[in-house]
Order: sequence, then structure tokens, then C-alpha cells
Amino acid sequence: MITFMNNSDSEEEPCNERTSLMSAESPPVPSYQDGLQASEAGEVQAHRKRRAGSSRGPNNIAGGEMSGSGVPVRESAPENEEEELTLKYGAKHVIMLFVPVTLCMIVVVATIKSVRFYTEKNGQLIYTPFSEDTPSVGQRLLNSVLNTIIMISVIIVMTVFLVLLYKYRCYKFIHGWLILSSLMLLFLFTYIYLGEVLKTYNVAMDYPTLFLVIWNFGAVGMICIHWKGPLQLQQAYLIMISALMALVFIKYLPEWSAWVILGAISIYDLMAVLCPKGPLRMLVETAQERNEPIFPALIYSSAMMWTVGMAKPDTAGRGPSQQTWDTAEDGREHHRSPSHAHSQMSETRSPVPTRPVTSLEELEEEERGVKLGLGDFIFYSVLVGKAAATASGDWNTTLACFVAILIGLCLTLLLLAVFKKALPALPISITFGLIFYFSTDNLVRPFMDTLASHQLYI
Amino acid sequence: AFFWLLSLLGASLLWAVSVQLSTGREDAALPLLPGAAAAAVLLQELCRFACFKLLRKAGEGLAALSEDGRSPISLRQMAYVSGLSFGIISGAFSIVNILVGSAGPGMVGIHGDSPHYFITSAFLTMALVLLHTFWGVIFFDACERRHAGGLGLVVGGHLLVSGLTFLNPWYEASLGPILILTLCTGLWAFGTAGGSFHNVLKCLSCKQEPEGRVVLYSALQVPPEE
Repeated sequence: MITFMNNSDSEEEPCNERTSLMSAESPPVPSYQDGLQASEAGEVQAHRKRRAGSSRGPNNIAGGEMSGSGVPVRESAPENEEEELTLKYGAKHVIMLFVPVTLCMIVVVATIKSVRFYTEKNGQLIYTPFSEDTPSVGQRLLNSVLNTIIMISVIIVMTVFLVLLYKYRCYKFIHGWLILSSLMLLFLFTYIYLGEVLKTYNVAMDYPTLFLVIWNFGAVGMICIHWKGPLQLQQAYLIMISALMALVFIKYLPEWSAWVILGAISIYDLMAVLCPKGPLRMLVETAQERNEPIFPALIYSSAMMWTVGMAKPDTAGRGPSQQTWDTAEDGREHHRSPSHAHSQMSETRSPVPTRPVTSLEELEEEERGVKLGLGDFIFYSVLVGKAAATASGDWNTTLACFVAILIGLCLTLLLLAVFKKALPALPISITFGLIFYFSTDNLVRPFMDTLASHQLYI
Repeated sequence: AFFWLLSLLGASLLWAVSVQLSTGREDAALPLLPGAAAAAVLLQELCRFACFKLLRKAGEGLAALSEDGRSPISLRQMAYVSGLSFGIISGAFSIVNILVGSAGPGMVGIHGDSPHYFITSAFLTMALVLLHTFWGVIFFDACERRHAGGLGLVVGGHLLVSGLTFLNPWYEASLGPILILTLCTGLWAFGTAGGSFHNVLKCLSCKQEPEGRVVLYSALQVPPEE
């Protein structure tokens, strides 16, 4: 579609999506021997720091927090217990991340398989100007590498730009950019998606109904993502916009470029998050220096939030307070939500616990969820969607890529529990995904086809 | 599932190599197919063993970290889950393309093959999923107790099932014995997991045993709010 090619502003969002998982390692737990006040203050501080440490740069980092580590334990508790809690929460959080990632992939694969529009070649983005219609293999490879270089440079430039904006405190600019990109995503892309789905199933819908549906969907989405909303609705919106973005990528990235870009972006993610001079790391450090949370945008969180001042005698938690937003937090946060990718998620889910007091032995674990950047969702879905769209091995390849990505995510979360600092979520999963895609498509498919044609089972 | 996929990858690599070696055409390599299938079975069992090693180590780690020295997940549960996941991924890979094909236009067996292809595939896949689950339980138990006989029977059973499918359009010879084998393996796995006729009766009669636990209430503690 021509519109996409002109609309460069909002197109940048997707390109700049970054991903990473962060573990919110809390600073040493305040001991119960301190007075109540001190412990509460300490906790707030700890959580603040953790939040600061865990939010990631605009570009992409999506923080993954392991929650167990922040729970204040009886001061005599051996470190083992904390590790056990970490592991116990770790397992739960792995599941809490598997579900949204799986849902996003299901939406993308279902759309790819049913709606023809997303597998038709209809132009390319301006970020990948070189065409792949050349006759020779070498030329095609060269074009795809050039496309990748351009795309990655755009991403690096945007990342550095955002880091600079953040450093010089241009929060309003960032916030405005974020709102603009999520507006476009929620209204325009949804309109196109709905149009194509209706076309595929040959269902008629008149314009007033369409307007009503899109308006409601978009408006509720903006509110949920940028302001307050029920946790599950917000998660659903984030999954939907990630899926929409992934579909755009699948449609507009040419074949070989897509694979090379996936590989290059996971290498970039690795370097940007782990190298000392990487932009994302610099962003995290700047935010930590200022002792403020980094952009909460674009992060999927399964966390629950405690509001300050909910003086419930029991601990934290379960109950209505889980889904309320901390207005104070929001106030502090909303001017900085860097966005970077179209998905902004209203973040601020820092659990500021209300540790009411009395229960010293009540080891209520605060259900701090895990955070994963939306860019991760998007690139995982791009990989699986591309596998579904182009693999001749059909469903076998898709299934294999799906399993590979989930195992990669699992391993990354394991490393997160071990290292307890920000980690990129893309490299391991994408590597496994790519290996399994190419090997399943080329090696496993002929074998399975031969077996199936003779009805042999192994 | 990941381990099963790795074994499949290894087997496909072997098949691709054998196709290449025999003049690069698939039909020329057909006589090697039983060998490739046997290799695939052996690789799967090897990966099941690797899975066992990994899960046992994880179980030990969990037990070391827990308060009462016991892992929250017993090895038997892990055996069941591992077997089930092998079964699911194996079944999915076997059946999903057939399912997609069955939704499309076409006529079964038009080229002279059996018209019962779909229904027998469905039953075979079901049997295989169940078998993988049972084999997982038996295998892990045999490895834990270092009972080589159990291991041998699992591997042998798998080879037998795979071999029986080579008889395939002759469904009485392949499907029948496979279903019987599934039933027997199921009973064996049930016994290995600690079940017995007595247990089944107790379960069916729905008797609730009184739980012998003593609950302490301390007067000094604030009872937890529900």
C-alpha cells in the first residue's frame, strides 16, 4: 500500500522496537528489625530502584523482572529460601510469559493462513529499498544484506536519538511521539486488518458500524495503554498491537531480507544491551543515575500493582488492589514514556508495596510479574509468521519454530534468574528459531513427507 | 518436545545423507527407509535418556533448594510430563499435515491406496501419543532403578511399533497389534507408577479418607484473614 511508504514517521516505531528482558534485582532486602517506617521506606526505595533498573530504554528494552527476589524475608532466612522463591516465581513467570507469546503467535499464524492479503507482495517499506526480484542468487543476497544494513542503521539512529532525547529531558516530545504511534497503530492498522478479514470471509459491514467498532476499539485501547485499565484488557491490547505490527512486517519485508534482519537484530540486541557503550545500557544507567524509571512504554507486564496507601491489614494484595493503578506513579511517569515502538504500555507497574505492617511473618510474596518488551513479541511472531507463510513444510515448520522460540525464552528466563540483570530476550530464541526453521524446512520435511506417504510412523 | 525435535533433526539429517549417497533421488533411497526409521527410533530413545538426565538434575537442584529437602515435582510427574510432551509433538508432526489435507478437496485413495487412510492415521497417531506417554513413565522408572530390562523393553517396543507400521495398508496386521500393545504398555506403566487394581477400586468408590493432620492454633497469632 502506498500509504505505508510515505508514512515514515510512524513507521519508525516498529523498526526501533527493542527487546530485552530484565530482571529486577532488588537491592538487599531491608530487615524486619528496622522499624516499620524504615522497612516501608526501604521497600519503596528498593522497588523504585528496581523499577529504575528494570525499565528499559525507549528503544526496546523490555524489562523482564523476576519478582521473587524482592520479597522481604525474615531477616534470618537463609539465602536459600530467597533463591527458592526466585526459582518458584521463575517457573510461574515463565508460564506467565508463555501464554501471551503463544497467543500473539496464534493470532499471527491464524491471520497469515486465512487472510490472503498478508502474504501478497505489494510493495516494500522505504527502509528496505532494494528489491529482491533479481535473477541471480548473489545479487539477491547482496540486496538483502544491504536492506538489512539500512534497517539496522535506522534503528541505531532512532535509538541514539531517543537516548539523547531522554538525556536532555525532552519528555514531552517522547510522549507525543508515543501517542502518535499508538494512535496510528490502534486506528489505521486495525481498520486495514478488519477490512481484510471481512473481505476474506465475505462479510458486509456498513461504514457507520465500522466507524463505531473502530472508534470504540481504538479509544479504549488508547486509554488502557496510556492511562489506566484492567490488567487483562491492557495485556490483550498489547498482544493485539504486537500481532498487527508483526503482520505488517511479514507483509512488507521481502523474503531473504526478513531472515537476515531477524538475525542482525538479535545480534544488535545482544550488543546494545550488554556492551558498556551500548545505547540501551547507557539509557538504563542514565535512568538509574536520575533514580527514575525508564520508559515504561512498550513493555508487556504481567505484574500486578499495589497502590500506595492501601492500608489493608493483610498483605498485599490479592484483591481489587491488584488491578488499580497507582495514580501517583502515573503522574510521575506519564511525562516520560518513551516510546519507541508503537506499543506503549502504560507501564508503571512498579510494585510499590504497601506492606502493612503487622504481618511480619506473613511472607506475602508480592506478585511482581515479569516484563517482556513488545519488540520481542513482534519479532517472535514475525519469525513464526514467516515460517507459516513461506515454508513448504507447512505446519511442521511452524510448530518447530514455535517450540524453538519458547525454549529460547525459557533459557533466557533461566539466565535472568542466574544473572539478575537486564538481558536481551531476542538472541537465544531467534537463533533457535532460525536454526529450526531452516533445518526443518530442508531436512525434516522430505523425511516426514516420505514417511507420511507410506503411512510409516517413527 | 524440544528434545524430540532434536532427535527428529538428527534422523532427518541421516536420511538426507542417505538420499544423497544413493544417487540423490528419493525413490532410490527407499530401501534404506527401514534403516532410517530404526535410526530415528534409537535417536528418540537417546533423547529421552538425555531428557531423563536433565530432569533428574533439575529435580535434585529443586530438592536441594527446598525447605524440606524434597523437590516439589516428583520424578514420576516429570516422567509423565516428558512422555506426554514427546507424544504430543510426535503426534502433532504426524497428523497435522494430514488434517490440513483432509480439509481440502480431494479423494482418498484415488491412486489405488487404501481409502481408510485418514481414519487409520488418526488411530495410529492416538496409539503413538499414548505409547510415548507410557514409555516415558516406564523409561524413567527403569533408569532410576537401573533396570536394564525395562529400558530394553521400551526400546524394543518402540522399534516393534515402528516396524509394524511398515505393514501398513494391511491394517489388521499393523493397527490391531499396535492397539493391543498400547493397552499392555498402558497397564505396565500404570503398575510402574504405583497403581494397582486396589487403587482403582478405591478411586471408583469415591471414599474420602480422613486426613490425619493436626492443626495448631496459637493464641498469640492473628489468624490469617481469608
